[in-house]
Order: sequence, then C-alpha cells, then structure tokens
Amino acid sequence: MTEWIRVGMAELKVGKAPAKIITLGLGSCIGVCAYNTTLKVGGIAHIMLPDSSLGIGTINQAKFADTAIPLLIEQLESQGAIKEQIIVRIVGGAEMFSASGQNVHLGVGERNIIAVEEICRRLNLVLSAKSTGGHAGKSVTLDLNTGVIEIKSMSSTFIL
Amino acid sequence: MFMMTDLNQIHFDILKEIGNIGAGHAATALSQLLSEKIEMTVPNVSILPFGDVSEIFGSAEDEAVAIYMRVFGDSPGKIVFLFSVPEAKTLVDMIARRPIGTTEEFQDYEQSGLKEIGNIMTGAYLHALTRLTGLQQISSVPFFCYDMVGAIINTALIDLGMIGDYALLIETQFSLTNRQINGHFFLIPDPGSLEIILGALGVGSA
Repeated sequence: MTEWIRVGMAELKVGKAPAKIITLGLGSCIGVCAYNTTLKVGGIAHIMLPDSSLGIGTINQAKFADTAIPLLIEQLESQGAIKEQIIVRIVGGAEMFSASGQNVHLGVGERNIIAVEEICRRLNLVLSAKSTGGHAGKSVTLDLNTGVIEIKSMSSTFIL
Repeated sequence: MFMMTDLNQIHFDILKEIGNIGAGHAATALSQLLSEKIEMTVPNVSILPFGDVSEIFGSAEDEAVAIYMRVFGDSPGKIVFLFSVPEAKTLVDMIARRPIGTTEEFQDYEQSGLKEIGNIMTGAYLHALTRLTGLQQISSVPFFCYDMVGAIINTALIDLGMIGDYALLIETQFSLTNRQINGHFFLIPDPGSLEIILGALGVGSA
C-alpha cells in the first residue's frame, strides 16, 4: 500500500519513499516541490501568498513563499538531505478569474511565481522545472520513489 | 484587527441573517428571471482552516463552474456562485429559453448568460445588504471560471491568508423546485470587512 501524504492549502509536508505527496486544486497558489534523489526524501509546500510581511498576527510559515521555502529545505535537511542535492520544481500561479486579458485578482498568481523564483535564487536552490501561469487549476503528485511529478489539470495529465 | 476567532454566537447569527436577506433577494431575482419557483436553505456560516477548504464540495478535483465578482465600496469582499457542470448547462438553456440539453460547451454565449445571472443576483444581494447596513457596495464585472472546484475556492480565498489561517464563508444554497439545480452562493468578506459589516449593525466589538 502506497502511503499518500495530502498537503492542504497553507500546509507543508515532507516524507520519504515509497510515499507519494499530493496537493489538490492549485489555482493562484503555488506548490513548491523539493526532492532529493539519493535519499528519496521530498516535500511539498502549498503556499498562498508571496511575502510574510503581508501577514498580520501569528504567521503560519507554510503560507508564505519567503517563509515556506526555507522551512521546506530545513525539514529535508533534518532528514539528512544536502541542500545542493535538492531539486525544486514549482507548479501553479494561475490566474483563475480573468476576462478579456484583464486580471481581476491583482495578479496574485504572477506575484507568487516571481516571489518563489526570487527566493530560490536567493537560497541558491536548483529550480529545475516549472509549470506555472496560465489559467488552469492543477493537482500535483510527487512520487518519492522515482521523483516524478505528475500534474493533472481538467484537460490533461502530464509529467513535469 | 478583528480576528475570526473572536466571533461569538451573536456574530454568527447576524452573519447568517445577512446571508439570509441577501440571498433571499438574489433568489427572488433569479426566480423572476427564469419564471421558476426557487427554494433556499438557511445560510451556513462556516469558519474553516485553509487546509480543509478545498474538500467542502467533495473532491477538490471535481469540475465546477463559478461566477466570481469583486465587491468594492465600504466593505469589500468577493462573491462566488458555484454550480456543478450539468447544472450550469441546464441553467444556460433555461435563460436562453431553449430545450434543456442544448448546451454542450461553455462558449462565449453560454459564459455570457451565466455571467448575467451572476450579475443580476449579486446586484440584488448587495442592494439588500446596503439597505440593511447602510454600507455602499458595488460589484465588478462578473468573471467566468470552469475548472477544478478546489482551485476555484482556494484562489477566491487567497487574500484571507493575510489575516489568519481560517476562511469565513457565508453560504446559501438555492434550488429550483422543478429542476435538479442547486447553486451555492458565497459571500467572502475581505480582511477588515468583517468588523465593518458587524460594526454597521452595532455589534462591532467582540
């Protein structure tokens, strides 16, 4: 029996093979997937917003790109992963509600993509692939045994 | 700022009543538009952790049709109508006055029909809310979205991430008596709007 680890919105979870990590229905949110091939450990952070300075009160670190990504890497490191061997792939950041080229949501998807890429650069992380932008919601499954990421949208299923 | 965890039973009842009055007017508008009898449920005010939100309609990957509008003015927020795909198709056929089953895809014409339904119902909802609270509100043009229900709901709630880890949903279900159509109507106040709405009704402080 494969163990499935579900990651909800504003959550972050890590695991190791043979588990699979899944996050469903990414819209403007971004699923940041990190994986270490040799150890077969990985995790997904389902982030909502680009920057924790937008937050008020106690901060849930998994919710913001600038706090979630370092936390994700930290948790993998505590499982023995070496930062330089962690590959990062990102999915999401779509504009769900747009009409005639006009984005209603102040482009929060776009802002999330920019923030995630910037933070990966700052942390010297290898951002190896992405499926971002557009207008379609997506679900992401990270198979910790193979490192393969499967993306499912309403119209198609493909491997990242 | 007023946090959702500060809400007590009186606040919940008042939010329910807002949903009731607003959705009552919206349902009346739809009823007149379609010349059909419409029933609605007592509104449900729920506060959910974000992690659970996408599962409230069964699977997050189920397909759904949504009409989304921003609300501007004294107490900004969002309004989302949610329909299952077959129900949205039936609704288009009804408003276009053509045989049920005609709609196969959501082309411009079908999208436009659904957006107009969203527009009319939102107008009625906000008008009722304005009369109740004295708060001036105006809605954006409607936006159409046909996608996974989880992606729709998550994106509509994204701004709420700034003030906490919970989503407040004021939900009313309505159904057409003679057809299998159930719509979900959500009012999602922006961060900060909750206390303005409650304040306008004299129950601002927790």
